[in-house]
Amino acid sequence: MTDLWSSIPQRGRVTLLVLIALLLAAPMALDRYLISIFVLIFYYAYVGQAWNLLMGFAGQLSLGHALYAGLGGYVAALLWFYFGIGPWLGVFAAVAVAAMFGAAVGWLGFRFGIEGVYFALLTIAFAEFTRIAFDNMPFTGGAGGLFLLYDAQRSHEWWNLRGGPLLFYYIGLVLAAAAAVLTAWLARSRIGFQWLAVREDQQAALALGIDAFRVKMIAMLISSSMTAIGGVLLTFYYNNLFPTQAFDIGRSIEIILAPIIGGLGTIFGPIVGAFILTPLGEGLIALTGSLGIDAPGAKAVFYGLTLMVIITLRPDGVWPWLKRLLALTEVKS
Amino acid sequence: MTRIRTQSNRRHVLAGAAATAATLAAPAIGRAQGAALKIAVVLPRSGYLAPAGQSCHRGALIAPKVLADYGYKVELVHIDCESNADIARTQTERALDDGVQAIVGAFDSASTLAMAQVCEQRQVPLIVNIAAAPQLTEQGYKFLVRNFPTGGMLVSNGLRLIKSLLDVTKLDAKTAVFLHANDTFGTAQRAAMDHLFPNAGLPFTLLDSIPYDPKAQDLSVEVTKVRALNPDLLLVVTRATDAIKLVRDMVRQRFEPKGIISPGSPGLYDEEFYQALGPLSDYVLYNLPWANPKAQMTQALEAAYTPANPTFRFAVECFNVGFTFEALLVAAAAYRTAGTASGVELMKAVRETKIANHVMIGPPLQFDDKGQNVGIPSAAVQNRNRTPTVTLPAEVATAAPVLPMPGWQGRT
Amino acid sequence: MNLAIVVNVVIQGVLTGLVYGLMALGLSVIFGVVRVINFAHGEFAVVAMYAAYVLFVTLGFDPILSLFPVAAAFFLIGYALHALLINRFIGRSEHEQFILLVGLAIVIVNGLLMIFGPDARPTNLPYSFDSYLVGPLFVDKARVYAAVGALVVAAALFAFFRYTTTGTAIRACADNRTGAAVVGLNIKRLYALTFGLGLACVGAAGALLVPIADASPLLSQQFTLLAFIIVIVGGLGSMAGALIGGVVIGISEALASLFMAPSIKSMFSFALLVAVLVLRPQGLMGRRI
Repeated sequence: MTDLWSSIPQRGRVTLLVLIALLLAAPMALDRYLISIFVLIFYYAYVGQAWNLLMGFAGQLSLGHALYAGLGGYVAALLWFYFGIGPWLGVFAAVAVAAMFGAAVGWLGFRFGIEGVYFALLTIAFAEFTRIAFDNMPFTGGAGGLFLLYDAQRSHEWWNLRGGPLLFYYIGLVLAAAAAVLTAWLARSRIGFQWLAVREDQQAALALGIDAFRVKMIAMLISSSMTAIGGVLLTFYYNNLFPTQAFDIGRSIEIILAPIIGGLGTIFGPIVGAFILTPLGEGLIALTGSLGIDAPGAKAVFYGLTLMVIITLRPDGVWPWLKRLLALTEVKS
Repeated sequence: MTRIRTQSNRRHVLAGAAATAATLAAPAIGRAQGAALKIAVVLPRSGYLAPAGQSCHRGALIAPKVLADYGYKVELVHIDCESNADIARTQTERALDDGVQAIVGAFDSASTLAMAQVCEQRQVPLIVNIAAAPQLTEQGYKFLVRNFPTGGMLVSNGLRLIKSLLDVTKLDAKTAVFLHANDTFGTAQRAAMDHLFPNAGLPFTLLDSIPYDPKAQDLSVEVTKVRALNPDLLLVVTRATDAIKLVRDMVRQRFEPKGIISPGSPGLYDEEFYQALGPLSDYVLYNLPWANPKAQMTQALEAAYTPANPTFRFAVECFNVGFTFEALLVAAAAYRTAGTASGVELMKAVRETKIANHVMIGPPLQFDDKGQNVGIPSAAVQNRNRTPTVTLPAEVATAAPVLPMPGWQGRT
Repeated sequence: MNLAIVVNVVIQGVLTGLVYGLMALGLSVIFGVVRVINFAHGEFAVVAMYAAYVLFVTLGFDPILSLFPVAAAFFLIGYALHALLINRFIGRSEHEQFILLVGLAIVIVNGLLMIFGPDARPTNLPYSFDSYLVGPLFVDKARVYAAVGALVVAAALFAFFRYTTTGTAIRACADNRTGAAVVGLNIKRLYALTFGLGLACVGAAGALLVPIADASPLLSQQFTLLAFIIVIVGGLGSMAGALIGGVVIGISEALASLFMAPSIKSMFSFALLVAVLVLRPQGLMGRRI
């Protein structure tokens, strides 16, 4: 850990500390609206980081990551709903189930050499399949949805994720930060280099004696487990689940926007991406409102255009460019 | 999303003040005269629920003027939640930070629940205009009321009306098939059907219940399945686009049940349904809460709606428009009773709502202790001349129901 | 459940599958040659549907016939789009292409929403409600016409690639890009041409879909997924594969609906996709990758 820290140049260290201090103190100055935006930013930074591990480091394009978030959410929610088991315990089961599915997807993909866009379609197929299955399973509430009771008496039980926006703000912050630290650590570890080798040239990596299958599997397991935890958080934030929302391909796409826009394969990329995209969406709502544009869909058009512009001008993501601009080098790029 | 202030607030505030003095004995002295209640109306005006959301929005747009004529002062903030729960939640927080005092919405159950979290924590009334999930009023929210029937209520009222329809038209129906979309709404209806049908005392047997994927482009196989069973009655729970496909395929496959009845769902009275099917859209029946054509407030609502929406018909939209209006009415009336917009007291007044003159058919508008309005009856509405026409109950009907349906062939 | 019903259902599945196959054909051409993952494919199909709808409403053109002007227009759009934008993304990583096209898809869908509103636009054609009665079987006229249209367009495309010099040049590009360049082919121009042709297919498919489905901004996502499933199942780089894939998916979904609950019929397509990816990644008709 000290190794990681000392590898950041002075300027970067100061910036990082200042930012963390600001984020810790921010809720005192922010209204609930902004806090709710931060909850989303932290969530997308966190799951984006999880996805980043699989794509940016191990090079596997997953377009069905909502599968793990949804499964995580549902497992924890079902345990709470039927057995009263709180998410602090339920999260372990959630992770286990998501990891199993991740292992299945990974096994099918890696064992049979399904690469690139084919692998992406495999992940989509799994997510869609699960969505329809959950739509038709009565014990999960089916298409009608799963609802968690609201009990004002228990709203202090933070370990059961009962509480106001501040609770989710800080948990989200901790998760996003922990994910960044984990990514930084993994990136500098042996497996991190093995991932890079496999991503750049799998044949060469194999020739070097790297067990590509094992290495990719590990990435898949970590990524799916992390995403599941995010799913648990979001489920208890909203207290409800619908298969069409939880497993939807739209959700999967939302998860991958931040890391790509921010900077794939970097540690701060997903965080920067989340800090750009979520406020962008909200900001566009405010902008179209203040311009008096009363056309539903206008905001989304601007949002789509922005995505296109960013990816055309900054194909590696915003963070690498920003980093150069501010002359801050980070731990590992 | 737009934060649109209604036109000429000041003018309406003054007109409303005059109207208040003239029409009713104002009960509370010493409250903030002239201050309008600020209500956020959250609807899915883009995304996959856009058709319904925009329809409700048309109701919200004309509401302030009509409410003013009855002496209520409201100021509306319109929010597009884009059929997305994340946005519903953040925008609700934002609205409340901006001084909104009550929330109406949101048609989409997931968005509604996201808003419920916020309203419960911030102790602000949330009045649900339309939302399907029965559990909304079972979750223990103290700051949520729903002026819309649960799936169970819709189905039980719907089944009762079917019995009346069969009695009145003297139709001999021995078999039926239940075909429903497999979405939130359809599943709720199906659960209610499974539970209620066995004891509903209907003279026909239910041969099968078939769920279909509402996103499917092609429903011909579903229709073939029904045709293979050849029921006398087809009971459906659909949305607009599926309803069109179903009827179209029934015509192509020359399947003519004696009646197509919805125990309680939208889809059979959307404008696109009439445009796509023309005379083939006639004679389908749907049992739904409906705007009372004989109520004064309904007529006032229609009078305001028609000039504002030349390309839409009130008769077709009165369901969405009526419920959205009533939700706003509840908020406005509670504000008048409570004399204050402070959350806790306003909510107390909301829960004690009792409004005798309102828009939808039925007894005075009020809520039980779970916040559910259990007194919303359904009417049997039939398409006649491509216009929804109330046929039962007789007191509010404008025509008598016709069953069996005439065949497809004569009508193209 | 007698045989007539099953046969009827299969026939309907084949007919609808052919039109979806045409849509997938466009994707196959684009992906097979230009190697761009067109995640806005469904959106283009929906735009074509609206185009045909507008032609019908303003000029009274039958959508089946408007496949020609719509396809032509889409060819030009595709060519331009490639030359101006997509061109820069060739050879870039898949995720970058993905974001570009997802952004484009969002713009298109919401643009359509703003212009046309959310309500579906049905077209009332004289044969909308007619069906041919063949013994105990009902076959929708609309589906038959659309399927015939799809076959005509597919045949034309096939002929183009087989029998014209440009077509052969494009195939050469797909097989061996470096070799093609060495031989002196103008790769950029051929790519643009191919993209244009691919979009022309989508345009035609969209127009043909109008008698079967009603134009709405919300259809696009399923169309994209469907196109990808068909292309994978049928086999990338094989035109016959796209049509056959379409038919296979059409039949499997129809039979799944019939014998199981219709609400789970998509599960079968996805299961089929996984099976193909794992067991026969080149699809039914594709060449070994």
